[in-house]
Amino acid sequence: MTAEPRHATAPAPAEAAITVENLHKSFGSLEVLKGVSVTARKGDVVAIIGGSGSGKSTMLRCINFLETPSSGRIIVNGEEIAMRADGSPADRRQIERIRTRLGMVFQAFNLWTHRTLLENVIEVPVHVLKTPKTEAIARARQLLDRVGLGDKADTFPAFLSGGQQQRAAIARALAVDPAVMLFDEPTSALDPELVGEVLTVIRDLAAEGRTMLLVTHEMKFAREVADHVVYLDQGRIEEEGPPERVFGAPETARLKQFLQTVG
Amino acid sequence: MEALLEYLGLAETAQLLSLEPPGWGGNLLRGLANSLQIALGAFGFGLVIGLAGACGKIYGGPLLRDLLAIYTTVIRAVPELVLILILYYVGSDLINQAAAAMGYGRVEISGVVAGIWVLGIVQGAYATEVLRGAIQAIPPGQLEAARAFGMPPMMTLRRVTIPAMMSFATPGLANLWLIATKDTALLAIVGFSELTLETRQAAGSTRAYFTFFLAAGALYLMVTLFSGVIFGRVERWARRGQPSLREGGR
Repeated sequence: MTAEPRHATAPAPAEAAITVENLHKSFGSLEVLKGVSVTARKGDVVAIIGGSGSGKSTMLRCINFLETPSSGRIIVNGEEIAMRADGSPADRRQIERIRTRLGMVFQAFNLWTHRTLLENVIEVPVHVLKTPKTEAIARARQLLDRVGLGDKADTFPAFLSGGQQQRAAIARALAVDPAVMLFDEPTSALDPELVGEVLTVIRDLAAEGRTMLLVTHEMKFAREVADHVVYLDQGRIEEEGPPERVFGAPETARLKQFLQTVG
Repeated sequence: MEALLEYLGLAETAQLLSLEPPGWGGNLLRGLANSLQIALGAFGFGLVIGLAGACGKIYGGPLLRDLLAIYTTVIRAVPELVLILILYYVGSDLINQAAAAMGYGRVEISGVVAGIWVLGIVQGAYATEVLRGAIQAIPPGQLEAARAFGMPPMMTLRRVTIPAMMSFATPGLANLWLIATKDTALLAIVGFSELTLETRQAAGSTRAYFTFFLAAGALYLMVTLFSGVIFGRVERWARRGQPSLREGGR
């Protein structure tokens, strides 16, 4: 590691929205990620699939340092996140700034339960990004309308269905106008009949050219919206490529078997 | 009115409790005001210590955690009366020695400040545990969401941790407040003229023990009832956004 890795020039392609290079992550002696590299160009939808314990969620959580990577490089919009030798972010302000550019959507929604949907959506723009409140509210109402929750702006999350909460969480992530959206199994905690409404929203976002990393168990959906599919197995990328090929003509035995079990 | 009191045999009592001398009612109310002043100060000071202590216990390093464990264990282990005597006399002694060392004479320590200081340290130990439990009861995802959206730690504390923990903390804090109002009575032992000491003096001077202690009891009860109303409101506010556990209610 150089003394000031922040100034290292990123060799990533100019149009890459996000580049993950040789990411390693261990929990104690358990190595969960064994050198994973993923790139998403602007407008790309990259779907990350894999069995439980394959490291796909960990990879996503390492990108915004919710988990501290053991080693590797993460470059967002051409800016490399400065890391200490132990993998923790070297510059708190930098990582906080970059986090505001990464709209994260969680499996368990994680809305702030003491705030209404509108308050949830304006929270980060107003308090972190210092957007004027009236402007943030106007934009939040648009976003809530867009995910079909315009009439629920003043409702608290606990009074909504899982699907509605997740759509609100997507609106919250969109409120920061993120460079990249990170979806961590956005439909895994939902009742089957509620999955569709959330996927519809994500599909719209893909269609409008949002850059997204999507960790998902919805294979049909991944095949439909993704430009690139990454199959993770035991912390390594076992196979990757365009969805038609990955799903249509899998090459590795592991992926074939995985697609059979989930298909 | 007077005829009624006469009829009930309470004329003498009314005279004893009247606000103007020779009645002692004014003294009692002054004592109550002093008690409330100390209780409020100690509760507020305790909250500040408690929040810092809870954060230290949850997020701090091993040394800080050990020091806080000693603080909460010792304070909660020793009877409050003993603590008040220790902290009051040791505290004033230390201040006087410091003042002497710096070339000042004896310092007169204000009873109110000393009371707030002493009871605040006691309250802080209990508040640390109440708030630690409340912070740990926050669903971790809510704090993670704050982190994922780039909120700095102090803003997360202010915007997410404190409001989210309030609903878990209010019942415990209401307890602490009521204990604070009554612990002020212990300050009578160091000669601070709060409600209990004023009552004792009034009772001793007039020999009307029953009248005055009953009156003091009624005053403490009124404080409690009023506090109940206030904390009820605080709790309703803190629990906004959470469905009621009662069926069908909000």
